[in-house]
Amino acid sequence: MSGLFGHLDWTVTPFAAAIADPGTNTFVAAGAAGLVVLGAVALLGFLTWFRLWGPLWRDWLTSADHKKIGVMYCVIGIVMLARGVAEGAVMRAHQAMALNGGPLSAEHFAELFSTHGTIMILFVAAPLVIGLINIVVPLQIGARDMAFPVMNQVSLGLTAAGAALLMISLVIGRFETGGWSAYPPYTGRVFSPGEGPDYWIWSVVPAGIGSMLSGINFAVTIYKCRAPGMTYMRMPLFTWTALCAAIMLVYAMPPVTVSSLMLALDRYAGFHFFTNDLGGNMMNYANIFWMFGHPEVYILVLPAYGVWSEVSATFSAKTLYGYPSLVIATMAIAVIAFTVWLHHFFTMGQSASVNIAFGIATMIIAVPTGVKVYDWMATLWRGRIRMTVPMVYLTGFFILFVIGGLTGVILANPTIDYQVHNTLFLVAHFHNVLIPGVLFAMLAGIHYWFPKVFGFRLHETWGKRAAWLWIVGFCVTFLPLYALGLMGMPRRSSSFADPAFVPLQLVAGAGAVIILLALAATLVCYGVSIRQRGTLAVPFGDPWDGRTLEWAMPAPAPEWNFAVIPAVAARDAFWAEKTGGDPYVAPERYEDIELPRPTALGLVICVATTAAGFALTWHIWWLALSGLVGIGLAVMVRAFATQTTRVLPAAEVAVHHGRWLEAVHTARGITRDAEDSPANRGLAAPDTEVTP
Amino acid sequence: MRRLAVVLLVVLAAHPALAQGFLTPEGPVAAAQREHLIRVTMVTMIAVLPVLIGVPLILWRYRRGGRGAYRPGFDFSAPLEIAMWGVPAAIIVLLGTWLWQSTEALDPYEPLGTDPLQVQVIGLNWKWLFLYPDQGIASIGTLAIPAGRPVRLQLTTDTVMQSFMVPALAGQIYAMPGMVSDLNLMASRVGTLTGANTQFNGTGFAGQQVDVQVMTPDDWTAWVQGGTTAPSLDAARYARLGVAGTTAQALQALSLPDSRMHLTAPGLFASVVARYHDGAPLADRDQPGAPGFQPESTP
Ligand code: HEM
Ligand SMILES: [Cu+2]
Repeated sequence: MSGLFGHLDWTVTPFAAAIADPGTNTFVAAGAAGLVVLGAVALLGFLTWFRLWGPLWRDWLTSADHKKIGVMYCVIGIVMLARGVAEGAVMRAHQAMALNGGPLSAEHFAELFSTHGTIMILFVAAPLVIGLINIVVPLQIGARDMAFPVMNQVSLGLTAAGAALLMISLVIGRFETGGWSAYPPYTGRVFSPGEGPDYWIWSVVPAGIGSMLSGINFAVTIYKCRAPGMTYMRMPLFTWTALCAAIMLVYAMPPVTVSSLMLALDRYAGFHFFTNDLGGNMMNYANIFWMFGHPEVYILVLPAYGVWSEVSATFSAKTLYGYPSLVIATMAIAVIAFTVWLHHFFTMGQSASVNIAFGIATMIIAVPTGVKVYDWMATLWRGRIRMTVPMVYLTGFFILFVIGGLTGVILANPTIDYQVHNTLFLVAHFHNVLIPGVLFAMLAGIHYWFPKVFGFRLHETWGKRAAWLWIVGFCVTFLPLYALGLMGMPRRSSSFADPAFVPLQLVAGAGAVIILLALAATLVCYGVSIRQRGTLAVPFGDPWDGRTLEWAMPAPAPEWNFAVIPAVAARDAFWAEKTGGDPYVAPERYEDIELPRPTALGLVICVATTAAGFALTWHIWWLALSGLVGIGLAVMVRAFATQTTRVLPAAEVAVHHGRWLEAVHTARGITRDAEDSPANRGLAAPDTEVTP
Repeated sequence: MRRLAVVLLVVLAAHPALAQGFLTPEGPVAAAQREHLIRVTMVTMIAVLPVLIGVPLILWRYRRGGRGAYRPGFDFSAPLEIAMWGVPAAIIVLLGTWLWQSTEALDPYEPLGTDPLQVQVIGLNWKWLFLYPDQGIASIGTLAIPAGRPVRLQLTTDTVMQSFMVPALAGQIYAMPGMVSDLNLMASRVGTLTGANTQFNGTGFAGQQVDVQVMTPDDWTAWVQGGTTAPSLDAARYARLGVAGTTAQALQALSLPDSRMHLTAPGLFASVVARYHDGAPLADRDQPGAPGFQPESTP
C-alpha cells in the first residue's frame, strides 16, 4: 500500500485539518484549497458546456504559434497573479492583527510567504515577461515564428508543470516554509522532514529548465531570424531588452536548477552539500542561489524597460530619445547584473573588502538605470503626450521606481544593509522595484499589444481605473513598510510584540484592500473588453499610430505574421513607411509559407513532468519513474517525426492579404483624437495636430 | 472609527520608546549607520528629484492639445547626454568612496576599543544563549552589558542559520553552525533594548527576541555576581536547551528563577562549534532544533 501511494494518505488535505480543528486558520487553508478545486471543476464544466475542448486542443494546446504560446504564458501569469495577490492580502490582513498573535498559525503564515514569493517571481513575473517576449519579438523583427517553435512549447509545458504543482500543493499536503529562497539547513531533511521543500524543488526545477530553453530560443531567434535590413541598431528597444534578457536566462537559470537539485540530493539521497554535519555548508547554497537570484530580477526588469521604451515613444508621437544610450545602458546592466549577487548576503561574515567590492558594483548599476529613466523623460519632452492606460502606468513607474532606486542605492551600502537586511525595509524595496517596475510594465504591455493578438482594444476607462488603483494601492501598502523596517521589524514575522508597529501595519492592511480592488478592476477590464469586442475591434491593425513593424499587419495577426517578409530600411520601420510613402501596398508576388505543424509534445511533457514532480514529492517511485520515462519517450518519438511543417500556398496568403489591403484602402483613418472611440478601427490618419 | 483613532493615538503615545530602530540609536555604531543613511539619501536625491519634479511638468506641458513645442525628431543632444551619464556617475563616485570608508570603519569584526567585554552567543531554536566566559556565567534570552564598554560578540548556532541584531546598537550578522562570526557593539546609555533573530528559522521565529539590558558598570557587576550562584549550565541542561521552544519555555523546563546560569564549562562554545567538524555524520536525534532531536541522547 505504502509502495503504491508513497507518503500520501487522506489526512494530507486541509479539509481534514479543518474538520479536526475548526478555526480561522484551518478555514482559510480549506477555503483556498476549495477555491482551487472549485475553479478546476468550473473550468472543466465551462469547457464541456460550451464544447470548447476541440478548439482548445486544436488552436491552443497543440499549437506551436509563438503568439498562442505567449498568450498561454500570460494566462498562467494572470491566474497565478490572482493567487499571489490574494496570498499577499491575507498576509497583510494577518500582520495587521498580529500584535502578540494573529488569526493564522505561524506555520500557515510561513507557507504563505513561501508560496507567494515563489509564485510571484517564477510563475507571475517570469511567465508574463516570457509571454510578452514570445508574442512581440518575432513581430518586431519581421520573423514568422521563433527559431524553435516546438521547443518553445516544451518551455511552456515545463513552466506550466511547475505552476500546476504549486496549485496541487494547496490541496494536497503542505508547501515549504523557508521562503522563496529556501535556505538550507532549515529546508534540509533534518529540519524540514515533510513534503514541503520537495514541492518547492520540483516546482522550481522544471520552471528553471523551461526558462533556460526560452532564453536559448529567444537569443537564436533574434540572432538568426531578423528580416533583411533589420540590423542590430535598427531593432526596436523591446527586442534589444529581450535579447539581453535571453542571454541572461541562459546563464542565470542553471545555477538555481543546480542548487535545487543539490538540495534534492541532500534530502533524498543523504548527501551533505548543505547539511550542518560532514562538511556541508549552507553558505554555498546562498552563493549559488543568488548567482541566479540577482540576475533573475534584471531578467524581469529589462523587458519591462523595453515596454517603457515602446510606450513612451508611441504615446508621445516621437522618436525614442537616445537610442544608442539605451542600448548601451541595457547591455551594461545585463553584464553588471552578474557581478553583484553577494549584496544579498553582506551580513554573512565575509571581510569588509569583499563587501566593498560588491557594494560598489551594485551602485554602479544605478548609473545606466538612471540614464534609461532620463531617456524616457527626454522622449516625452517636446512630444504630444496622450494619457492612455500604458501612459498612466508609465507615470506611476516614473514616480515610484525612482523611490525604489533610491532605496536600492541605500541597500547597496553594506553599513546600512547590516541594519535593514531581513527587515520590512527590504520587503518594501523589492516590491517597490518589482511592482512599479515589472508588474506595471507587464500590465501596460498587455494593454498595448492586446489588440495585435486578439483584434480588439482593451477598455480604456476600466483600464485606467485599474491602473490608478494599482498605483494608489501600491503606495498605501508598501511605503509604510519602509518605516516599519527602519523601526526594526523583521520580515517573515507571523507576530510581533511591539505595539508601535500597529498603526503602520493597519495602513498597509488597508492598502492591500485597494490592491485587491486593482486586481478586480484589471480582471473586469478584460471581461468588459471581451464583451464589447465589436466596438473595440481594430482589424486594420494599427490602433495607436505605432512605429514598429508589428503594427504593419492586420489584427489579430495572422498565424504566419507577415504576408511577405518586409525589407527594413529604418529604425522605426513602420513609421518611416507611413511618413515616407504608402505602407499598405500589395507586394509584387507572394510565396508559399512554411508553418510548424501542431504537436502535443509540449503538453505530454507538461503532464509527465507534473506527474513526476508530484510523485517525487510524495515518494511514489513507480509514478516518478513513469513520468521521467514518459518525458524521454515523448522526446524520442518526436525525433522520428518527419512531417514537422505544413505549407500554406501563396495563393491563400494572397487572398487573405489582398482582402485586408482592399479594406484598408476603402477605410478612413482616424486622428489621435478618436483613438478611444469606436471609430478607431486600427487605421491611423496623418495627424493634423502633430503635422502642422 | 473615532474609537479606533483614539486607540491608535494612545498606542503610539504610550510606546514612543518601543520602536527601537537605528533611527533612535543607543550606541556609536547605530549612530554612524544612521548618519550614513541620511547622507546617502540626501546625495541620491540629486538624481531622484529631477524625475519627481520633471515628470509631472513634462506630462502637463507636452500633453496633446497643450501649447508646448513639438519636435518629433528630437532624439539626441550632446549636452543632455553628458549630463545624463555624468551626473549619476559623479554621484556614484562620491557614494562609492563613502561606501568604502564606512564599510571599513564600521566593519563588525573590528573591536570598538581596548579590553572589550567578551560574550559568546549560541543561537538555538528559538532562543539565544549568551555565555560570559571570563565571568563564568550564562544567560538565556537576556543580554546584559555595561554602558560605555565595548562588547565583542562571537556567534555561532547549534541548529539552523540565524541572524542576530540589536538595531539600536549595531547591525546584524549571520550565525551559522560550525562557524563563528563576530559582531562588535557598544551602548552609550543605560536602558532596555530589544534584539531579534531576523533569519527565519521555523514557527517560533517571530518570538526569538533578546532582552538587552544596558546597565551601569556597578549594576552589571552585581548582575554577574548573581549569576555565579545560579544553577549551573551542565551538559544535560545545555542539551535540554536544544529542544525547539521559546525562551520562557526553556526557563521553565530548567526551573530557573531568571535568565542566569552558572557557566562551569568554559569550553562550551568551542565544543558546540567543533561538534560539526568531527568527521562523522550526526543523527537526527543529535541535531538540536530538529523535530527529531532527543536531548537525552546527546553526550
Ligand atoms: C500585489 C500585491 C502584493 C502584496 C499585497 C504582497 C505582499 C507580500 C507580503 C505580505 C510578503 C511577506 C513579507 C514578509 O516577509 O514579512 C511578501 C513577500 C514577498 N513578495 Fe509580495 N506582495 C505583492 C506582490 C508581489 C509581487 C508582484 C512580487 C514579485 C513580482 C512579489 C514578490 C514577493 C517576494 C519575492 C516575497 C518574499 C517571500 C519570502 O519571504 O521568501 N510580491 N509579499
Ligand atoms: Cu540583487
